[in-house]
Amino acid sequence: MKAPPFKYHDPRSKDEALGLISTLEDPCVLAGGQSLMPMLNFRVLAPQHLIDLNRVTELAGVNCDAQVVRVGAMTRQCDLEDNEAVGRAAPLLHAALRHVGHRQTRNRGTIGGSLCHLDPAAELVAAAAALDATLIAEAKGSSRRIPIAEWSTGYLSNALRAGELLTAAEFPVWPEGHCYGFVEYARRSGDFAIVGVAALLALDANGAITGAAVAIGGCTPAPQRALTVEQALIGRKPTNAVFNDVARLASSIEAQSDAFVKADYRRHLARVLTERALSESTREDSR
Amino acid sequence: MSVDENSNTWFGQSILRKEDPAFLTGRGRFVDDLQPDRMLHACIVRSPHAHARIVRIDCVAARAVSGVRAVYAFADLPDALQQKRLPLMSSNPLIRQALTQPVMAKDEVRYAGESVAVVIAESRAVAEDAAALVEVEYESLPAVSDVRKGLAPGAPTVHAGIPDNLVAQVPFVVGDTDMAFQNAARTIQASFDTHRGGGFSMETRGCLAIHDADLNSNTLYVTSQSPHRIKRVLMDMLEYADHEIRVVAPDVGGGFGPKGSFYPEYALISACAMLLGCPVKWIEDRSENFVATQQERDQFWELEVAIDNDAHILGLRGRLIHENGAYVAPLGLILPWIAVTHVQGPYVIPHFNIEMVVAFTNKVPTSPVRGAGRPQAVFVMERLMDKIAQATGLDPAEVRRRNFIQPTQMPYNCQLIARDGKPVIYDSGDYPQAQRRALEMAHYDTFRNKQLAARSKGRHIGIGMASFVEGTGLGPYESATVRVATNGKIVVCTGASPQGQSHKTTLAQICADQLQIAPEAIDIVTGDTGAIAMGVGTFAARSAVNAGSAVHVAGKGVREKAILLAASMLKVSPEKLELKGGFVYNVAQPEQRRSFREIAIYAAGSPGYSLPGAVTPGLEHTAYFQPERSTYSNGCHVVEAEVDIWTGHVTLCGYWIVDDCGRAINPKVVYGQVLGGTAHGIGNALLERLIYDEFAQPLTTTFADYLLPLATDVPHIEIGHIESPSPLNPLGVKGAGEGGTLPATAAIIAAIEDALSPFGVTINEAPISPMRIVELIREAAPAAYA
Amino acid sequence: MKDVRTIKLTVNGKALERSVETRVSLADFLRNDLRLTGTHLGCEHGVCGACTVLLEGKSVRACLMLAVQADGAAVRTVEGLGTPEKLNPLQRAMMEHHGLQCGFCTPGILMTLTEFLERRRGDVPPTQAEVREALSGNICRCTGYQTIVEAVMRVCSESDTKP
Repeated sequence: MKAPPFKYHDPRSKDEALGLISTLEDPCVLAGGQSLMPMLNFRVLAPQHLIDLNRVTELAGVNCDAQVVRVGAMTRQCDLEDNEAVGRAAPLLHAALRHVGHRQTRNRGTIGGSLCHLDPAAELVAAAAALDATLIAEAKGSSRRIPIAEWSTGYLSNALRAGELLTAAEFPVWPEGHCYGFVEYARRSGDFAIVGVAALLALDANGAITGAAVAIGGCTPAPQRALTVEQALIGRKPTNAVFNDVARLASSIEAQSDAFVKADYRRHLARVLTERALSESTREDSR
Repeated sequence: MSVDENSNTWFGQSILRKEDPAFLTGRGRFVDDLQPDRMLHACIVRSPHAHARIVRIDCVAARAVSGVRAVYAFADLPDALQQKRLPLMSSNPLIRQALTQPVMAKDEVRYAGESVAVVIAESRAVAEDAAALVEVEYESLPAVSDVRKGLAPGAPTVHAGIPDNLVAQVPFVVGDTDMAFQNAARTIQASFDTHRGGGFSMETRGCLAIHDADLNSNTLYVTSQSPHRIKRVLMDMLEYADHEIRVVAPDVGGGFGPKGSFYPEYALISACAMLLGCPVKWIEDRSENFVATQQERDQFWELEVAIDNDAHILGLRGRLIHENGAYVAPLGLILPWIAVTHVQGPYVIPHFNIEMVVAFTNKVPTSPVRGAGRPQAVFVMERLMDKIAQATGLDPAEVRRRNFIQPTQMPYNCQLIARDGKPVIYDSGDYPQAQRRALEMAHYDTFRNKQLAARSKGRHIGIGMASFVEGTGLGPYESATVRVATNGKIVVCTGASPQGQSHKTTLAQICADQLQIAPEAIDIVTGDTGAIAMGVGTFAARSAVNAGSAVHVAGKGVREKAILLAASMLKVSPEKLELKGGFVYNVAQPEQRRSFREIAIYAAGSPGYSLPGAVTPGLEHTAYFQPERSTYSNGCHVVEAEVDIWTGHVTLCGYWIVDDCGRAINPKVVYGQVLGGTAHGIGNALLERLIYDEFAQPLTTTFADYLLPLATDVPHIEIGHIESPSPLNPLGVKGAGEGGTLPATAAIIAAIEDALSPFGVTINEAPISPMRIVELIREAAPAAYA
Repeated sequence: MKDVRTIKLTVNGKALERSVETRVSLADFLRNDLRLTGTHLGCEHGVCGACTVLLEGKSVRACLMLAVQADGAAVRTVEGLGTPEKLNPLQRAMMEHHGLQCGFCTPGILMTLTEFLERRRGDVPPTQAEVREALSGNICRCTGYQTIVEAVMRVCSESDTKP
């Protein structure tokens, strides 16, 4: 399981990286390597050119303001996990990160890498979907903003065009004191989830739900926003009885079967985990 | 378990391992760590098809890659390897079609992963580059994936041109089950689907073949549990003379059974080294490991048990269908044979009739993995005991108590013939006591209240138990030479070949007791055909008994010789002498002494001087321990599990074990073996499944798909010990390596079923996944998810 | 034509300069170029953890990094922890608690635990669950993990908690 040969490039700036991506034939971008390197070792991929972004320091870094948490694509998962400002502004990201792989994978894995790879059960992608994130894609001389809802174009496929690089992700900040929860079911600690649910609730002064976001990952190539669940929550109180009731709507989510997991079970988990994520969101330390 | 510094007995002490300082500092010498000059690397091209004809194979493009030294397909192999097939190391006349594997596929491949060519290059990376350029044209043939379908009339055959897929059909009969069933108060029937995965040691397989043309010598370093058997096979296949081939197992990173077999690569790579005149190394990568290393897989059991009005078992009958894989593996039928002959376990079963059916499938051959068929046997028997409990309303522990073989009945002849041709006779053990203590440790008597309280809070907990008996210490023998060299250094050479079992420590302890010198002063050489000519190896929980006893006898021989020689040197009668700290001394006058070194020099002889009496040259002794028959360990596992009925997730909340492996050479080592074995059992119960599609294509081919237990999957385990010494060897020891695995699946599945009893779920399968648990709950109690 | 780069890095405190083909993994570089064979390959797809090393103090899977990515970095491997004559406290505890059997996963586990111990703040010992969680990125097929957990609990309970 040795990687096939490639020409290696390690640009030092974003411009240099964009230049390479636009001019090289068959360029493959290396971020954290936790998904790409296994694919090279298995020879599932054999790119001519490997562009290593790990020395493009300007692509890493976190900026939090009152409206938005902006995360550079090459920000390492462990750094995002340890960032206290993110913990305050977008605690759902921390809740999701706790489930991402193992320490060793988070030490190298990046936000951008996870968002681009688009594993159907990726926790960060589900959290991004719940947060209505916007992804910034840049090419030489251009830049565009891609809403998360338009990001996935199919299984393991993202909306980047030739010559484009994901450079950052912007996560809108929910009101202070909002409820957040992330619950997934995986066979073992650190495994890819079978299904994972990210939940956000905003409450008014009377404790009624004024805003809800529920993203369910693992059922289809991209996470789905459970719109019927969200709508059913508005105006209601955040009680376990309410959550139990609305979660049933999640079991009609679209889901796929594969050799290991049947669609029925995914739909069943979607319901169970939606309820649990909502309950989790109202725990004392999830406010 | 503290070490007694002043004792002159090292047996029974948990001394620290001699192996550890090297392993802990990265100084282990595993086969891939060996890097001789001029070494070339092999990469094997493997069939992606489960069954196909090879129409054409073209290596031209591959050979042209820079850095490639050679590419060999079948036609390029030496004649001897083209004509020969892998041998049956455990042959059996009952094998109807003894189709063993060729070194490389010639014109038909019979499992996805079978080798069709080998590339030898300057690096593994370049070899893989070239391997991708080997062109093979295949013509697909129908493949058999499910062994039961392969037995149906008209099914495609796993090998083209054979009449059917039946490998063997063997009845195991004791007494008269027809009569027993006629007289039964009731009978209970059940079918069980048991699946086990593979060994999946952290180190894959590999070998390094070195051929020295000038000296006409060949050395094969190989990840083997049995270098002596590897050598014997290589002599047959490559026609070496005995002195021309040496096989050595360096440090081996886990074995668990699969590394005990013989594989085509070992002959192939040996031949490549001869053809190319350079050392050739082949290291199996993990994706190959999934398709090229022997593993266990499916067994389908249909069983029926007959009981009287007091829940005593009168008879047991049924059928086992065992999946063999594409070729009869070198270890032949022993896996299903062991399974059938272990079903009885610790119970009195006067009448027994199980038919063992073994059949081909188009997958890599099956062969024993830790437990070797016993886990499945324990599973089916223990599930039947639980079903008897459910049918009669008795407590599951009580059902077992009523049927246990009692310690007063030892030795107990089960009337079956084991895989070694010897009768199954349990030598010692107290099965009721093991159960009683395990249940006490687990607070079994208060569990039902605990369960009710949990249920009232919507939590589903359950308890399960399983008792087991394990045949260990398998013959035919193990070897040991204990030698004090003329420089005073002590070495023990043995055919035992460890992969983590701590032989270098435990065997030193045994020798230390005889020579009365610290184990640190004794070097142990294992797994090297150059160090000792005859040997068997380490598998089947046999080494404590066989290697331990051989070392004991050899050490004793050296001790006695040292005394005789020293007596002659000191001119004192032997009864006055004792050994201590590397000297033989006169107890009454301790300054009268000779060192081991002096005695060894004396024993080596000097021209003109005779050795005293009948003493043979050298301060050394070689012994072979040949057990009369297997010795039987036993134990009991009790497990408490919680099931999240919504996800199907199983959490093991409590795990209690009572283990009886006779006397323990090093209690800490036994502790480690039981814990490690139990972790394998947890994998078997909850995680490990090798999935193939209907075309026999393997679908679990990475560690992301095939789930091994992590630290978060294994609960804290409490272990209690009973010691029923074995009367069959001088040390009183029994095997400890596999006992942890045997009952774990049964106890865990029983606990899950017990947790789900409000839903009426029955579980007759292993492993079980969370998805399957949800399915079973939904089937049995649709309202559960309303 | 092989794509080759020169890299400069420190390994276990020693500064080195080597020429390496860009596709070579850090694990293979350590093992084959530097002959530091303590780092083992168990899967080459980032699951088993046998290849774990510390890169700038952080545990990483060396099979999922290219050697060229370690240019300018400080790498620590098992060979840097101690010697057979002088084991460090973690190694000593592993030996005393029988935390290894075949030894193949052991270097990776030691490196993971080294990071775990170095990251701990204060003297509060970890719970067994925390230790097991920390170990969950390393697979051991021999020990069943319990003796490793016991070794770690022991190291943490000793007053000198840093390895």
